[in-house]
Amino acid sequence: MDRLRQLYREMLLIRRFEEKVEEQFRAGELPGFLHVAIGQEAVAVGVASAMAEGDVFASTHRAHGHALARGSLPNELMAEMYGKVEGVSSGYGGSMHLYDVARGNLGANAVVGGGLPMMAGAALAFKLRGEPRVAVAYFGDGATSIGTFHEALNLAQLWTLPAVFVCENNHYAESTPSHQQLPITDLTKRAAAFGMRSMTVDGQDVEAVHRAARRALAHARKGKGPVFLLAETHRLVGHYVGDPQVYRPKGEQQELRETQDPLERVRPRLGLTAGELEAIDRDVVRMVEAAVEFARNGTDHRPEDALDNVYA
Amino acid sequence: MPELSYREAVRDAMSQAMRRDPDVFIMGEDIAEMGGSMGVTQGMLAEFGPERVRNTPISEMAIVGAGMGAAIMGMRPIVEIMYEDFLTLGMEQLVNQAAKHRYMSGGQVKVPLTLRTQGGAGWSPGAQHAQQLEAWFCHVPGLKVVFPSTATDVRGLLWSAIFDDNPVVFFEHRTLYPLKDDVPDELEPIPLGKARIHREGDDVSVVATGRLVHESLKAAAEAESEGISVEVVDPRTLQPLDEEALVQSVKKTNRCVVAHEAVTRMGFGAEVAAMLGEQAFDWLDAPVERVGARFTPIPFAPVMEQFVVPHAEDVLQAIRRTVGRG
Repeated sequence: MDRLRQLYREMLLIRRFEEKVEEQFRAGELPGFLHVAIGQEAVAVGVASAMAEGDVFASTHRAHGHALARGSLPNELMAEMYGKVEGVSSGYGGSMHLYDVARGNLGANAVVGGGLPMMAGAALAFKLRGEPRVAVAYFGDGATSIGTFHEALNLAQLWTLPAVFVCENNHYAESTPSHQQLPITDLTKRAAAFGMRSMTVDGQDVEAVHRAARRALAHARKGKGPVFLLAETHRLVGHYVGDPQVYRPKGEQQELRETQDPLERVRPRLGLTAGELEAIDRDVVRMVEAAVEFARNGTDHRPEDALDNVYA
Repeated sequence: MPELSYREAVRDAMSQAMRRDPDVFIMGEDIAEMGGSMGVTQGMLAEFGPERVRNTPISEMAIVGAGMGAAIMGMRPIVEIMYEDFLTLGMEQLVNQAAKHRYMSGGQVKVPLTLRTQGGAGWSPGAQHAQQLEAWFCHVPGLKVVFPSTATDVRGLLWSAIFDDNPVVFFEHRTLYPLKDDVPDELEPIPLGKARIHREGDDVSVVATGRLVHESLKAAAEAESEGISVEVVDPRTLQPLDEEALVQSVKKTNRCVVAHEAVTRMGFGAEVAAMLGEQAFDWLDAPVERVGARFTPIPFAPVMEQFVVPHAEDVLQAIRRTVGRG
């Protein structure tokens, strides 16, 4: 029960964090592009909570949740949104390039499918050195149509690499619905083409994701090869902040919000009173507010700092 | 001093690096049993085994990207892209990923990846197997670019590339593989970013890369018989470029020809000419002459292929042109 409450708290932190960055973005405080994953928190938390110390991951343009769930500090993440020296990528990355190597985050990626080959390579390094570590690649349904997906899965299966490919199927590639971009509905068929073991899970159920991810990671860690973990999920918001979502059928978003919110789904199972739930929320909101303060008061770069870090 | 071919020198650098450092391994298409499409990795499978000499599927994105991922995790992979034309397939992983992870992470990661490839005209392989694309990669901050022209250089520079902590794109010219050279008994690392003066001269500097180094040396010998003293400089590393060596040479000779096999337009030679214009304008007695391929794809028919790419005669004419000006 404590575990489940912890998972809930992490999901809530992601939700409040993303609501806040969205608010700050709309207020014109944050530069750049912003993509939130409101509705997909259970995938991030379920998978991250199953990972072990030393495991690594590559994320996507919708990365805040993946980073928070693996332990990156809200202060440092928020500071990155503001381009500050204290940010997780020291202000060189931004929302789409969150790193935190100490916590296994090898980078959020702004190119769809861009991080998959890297995870195959990280897994190859683990295998060559005999280290019991796993590399996890997050990507969406849209990425299953890009070449890096097919090349990386092919290589990983061919070489029995310790990798887990987590497909967050939110049924839209940016604005394009599944039926306009995918000739199949069951995406595990794509993994099956490589002879790869696959699992499908309700991505709105954090416990189910956690259990499935634990099995997938254990399989990979034991040297039995990679796993394709398909999480059926829903983005309860637009592709980007400000997206008018003209591509959504009327009423879809309302219905999803009422039936597919992962926070609502888990709440009845927590055994907490309304007052206790409120206390958690207050605590999380306080953390997020503190992160905004931290970020605003962070250190600005000198313009010429742009010349650093080009080469090692 | 032992004599090694350029091909053997590449192999020797990789083999010595693999003997010394268990983190070094090679992967690419057909590099194991077959020994590579150019025979460069022949015998390496027998010495190092299939874990460290890895045949890959035909997947350039995965070859580059997986090499990069292993590099970020602390290995020192050497990946081979069979023909540099196929680098276009791995371009996203090289340009958006390998070149930028260190920067985007604010310096949290290193990417000690060496990407070897080869190309060039001379065998009539046609438009998709004979390009010289090295200049493209010089335009990408975060990448280093090396293009050696002799066995000694290729051995010493490849060693430095393997042990460099950055992604290095390492170009080999196909027609140079059989070329022999007396190499030092012990492998001597050659630092990246240092030019080599192949021949000293007083009247004109020829800055040449790859196959054109040898064509330029032929042209210089011919020019000498005409009473023109030619200095031939090979930058060897294109990024970072040894600007100091090039500027010093031009300050001495006051004239310059840039020669490469890649197309002239928007090429490496244009950058060298601009750099010399900025740093040595007052010493130049004539515009920098450029020698390179004509602005066409590489044609198949040998007579057309040879027409499109430059030779010693083209370098010689450029030398005469620049010396002929005021």
